[in-house]
Amino acid sequence: MDTYSLMREFADSWALLMLCLLFVGVVFWAWRPGSRKMHDDTANIPFRHDDRPEGPGPKGTTFKEAWK
Amino acid sequence: MWDFIKLIALGAVAVLAALAATQARDLPYLVNAIEVVLAAAIAGYWIYKTRGQGSSASPYEYNDGVIRAGVIATVLWGVVGFLVGTTIAFQLAFPALNFEWAQGYLNFGKLRPLHTSAVIFAFGGNALIATSFYVVQRTSAARLFGGNLAWFVFWGYNLFIVLAATGYILGATQSKEYAEPEWYVDWWLTIVWVFYLIVFLGTIFKRKEPHIYVANWFYLSFIVTIAMLHIVNNLAIPVSFFGSKSVQLFSGVQDAMTQWWYGHNAVGFFLTAGFLGMMYYFVPKQAERPVYSYKLSIVHFWALIFLYIWAGPHHLHYTALPDWASTLGMVFSIMLWMPSWGGMINGLMTLSGAWDKLRTDPVIRMMVVSVGFYGMSTFEGPMMSIKAVNSLSHYTDWTIGHVHSGALGWNGMITFGALYFLVPRLWSRERLYSLTLVSWHFWLATIGIVLYASSMWVSGIMQGLMWREVDSQGFLVNAFADTVAAMHPMYVTRGIGGVLYLTGGVIMAYNLWATVAKQPRNESASVAAVPAE
Repeated sequence: MDTYSLMREFADSWALLMLCLLFVGVVFWAWRPGSRKMHDDTANIPFRHDDRPEGPGPKGTTFKEAWK
Repeated sequence: MWDFIKLIALGAVAVLAALAATQARDLPYLVNAIEVVLAAAIAGYWIYKTRGQGSSASPYEYNDGVIRAGVIATVLWGVVGFLVGTTIAFQLAFPALNFEWAQGYLNFGKLRPLHTSAVIFAFGGNALIATSFYVVQRTSAARLFGGNLAWFVFWGYNLFIVLAATGYILGATQSKEYAEPEWYVDWWLTIVWVFYLIVFLGTIFKRKEPHIYVANWFYLSFIVTIAMLHIVNNLAIPVSFFGSKSVQLFSGVQDAMTQWWYGHNAVGFFLTAGFLGMMYYFVPKQAERPVYSYKLSIVHFWALIFLYIWAGPHHLHYTALPDWASTLGMVFSIMLWMPSWGGMINGLMTLSGAWDKLRTDPVIRMMVVSVGFYGMSTFEGPMMSIKAVNSLSHYTDWTIGHVHSGALGWNGMITFGALYFLVPRLWSRERLYSLTLVSWHFWLATIGIVLYASSMWVSGIMQGLMWREVDSQGFLVNAFADTVAAMHPMYVTRGIGGVLYLTGGVIMAYNLWATVAKQPRNESASVAAVPAE
């Protein structure tokens, strides 16, 4: 079998299956138990360091949950 | 010491470019070489002036200077790009505007790539670089990595734009849509882009937040994918090191497929992923609430990554491309509809509980309309990728209308929203100069887009139907010139839409200038009030 046909065969069988499973895995990973707390925390990153980076000295903005 | 190494390097670049200029085989190469000499001389002069001063910047302050420069460049290039676009719209409606005295330089064929590159790469690219530097610092709680490297990225990128633009007008092009710049300009962009990746990744590596915020994922995918697309699509052998002409490595249908693999992913990763990075930061910030669903944003990201890269072949339906490839492109384009709308819903629902802001805040209104246009064009695109629809729509103005509802509506409006958000903060002003002017901008831009998109729908579908119309004997009914004549009213309407959009852009430029120039500095906010360590 020539290289083109071989790669085509591989692409629409095993490679396709692996990519689909990988994607389904990502979806399950996003909804895994216990991820909510981490995601809530990550979603609030934009509201923490508006004025200056993390470091010594006074904080530019104090942390507050944005929707409260 | 370091300064002198830089000076020697710049001197070498200037001398080599001057030597190349003396050997130049064509006009664009000559002019570009002189531009490089000038750029190296200006950069060298600046480094000589500021030598030995070192960096006084504290690692506990953000590097905002380069972002301010990026914001100014975005506004200026935006107005220039809109102006050239409006000009060529009227050149199509009134061919006499292709002036005889400027033939070969300022006719439609020369100005069209100037317009597309000015709005996509100059306006959009500067907006992406500036906002990514802003967002990655704030969401990593760290100063930009690499000191002045960010300045090299900014000036290097804008030199790329100047080289490309003058090249187009003087006739240097490799005739690939959205990838027109010739080989040496491509090499230069590759160098700049690698340093852009280093600055961005370096900042993420030294982040103080445990997690990487979703906006950075989108920005990172944009930077990495554009690097890959740019290199593969621009594989070319220069005819001479002293001339602008090059020959593509691929030929025939392979070249076409590579070009549209590049072309569609430039839309997918430059104009979508990068701007989604903006959406996921600036919409929550302006609405003052976190993104509606962080889980949905993760799925949105990975779905786009998995799907977009396969959609390119839908640009080549009914060509020499194998049938399976164009079917694959169509199927993946249709699948893209769902994650795109998931992302749109995520952006819109971020406002849930704060919808009243739409009445009072024209900036959030701009962002919401932008996300709405994202949804509209990501529905229209999959529909147009279906072979049966494409047989009507392809090569017609419908495609141009689709591109502009995405570019003017989604990319333009989200950038305007980000600019209105950034300018008061970057220059420590309490507020924008005038919200009334923002409202004017909003309505002019929105009505401009509506005129543009609707006239191109009518024009494009009419064009497609006239091309395929046959009489009872099976003969074509219309000559090509008939379709051109029939499109005239729609072309004028499109031009008027462009004038409205351009006027909105000029109002924004004035408003942002006045925000800085006509208002006092707000000393209480920002780092200015923090005592030195």
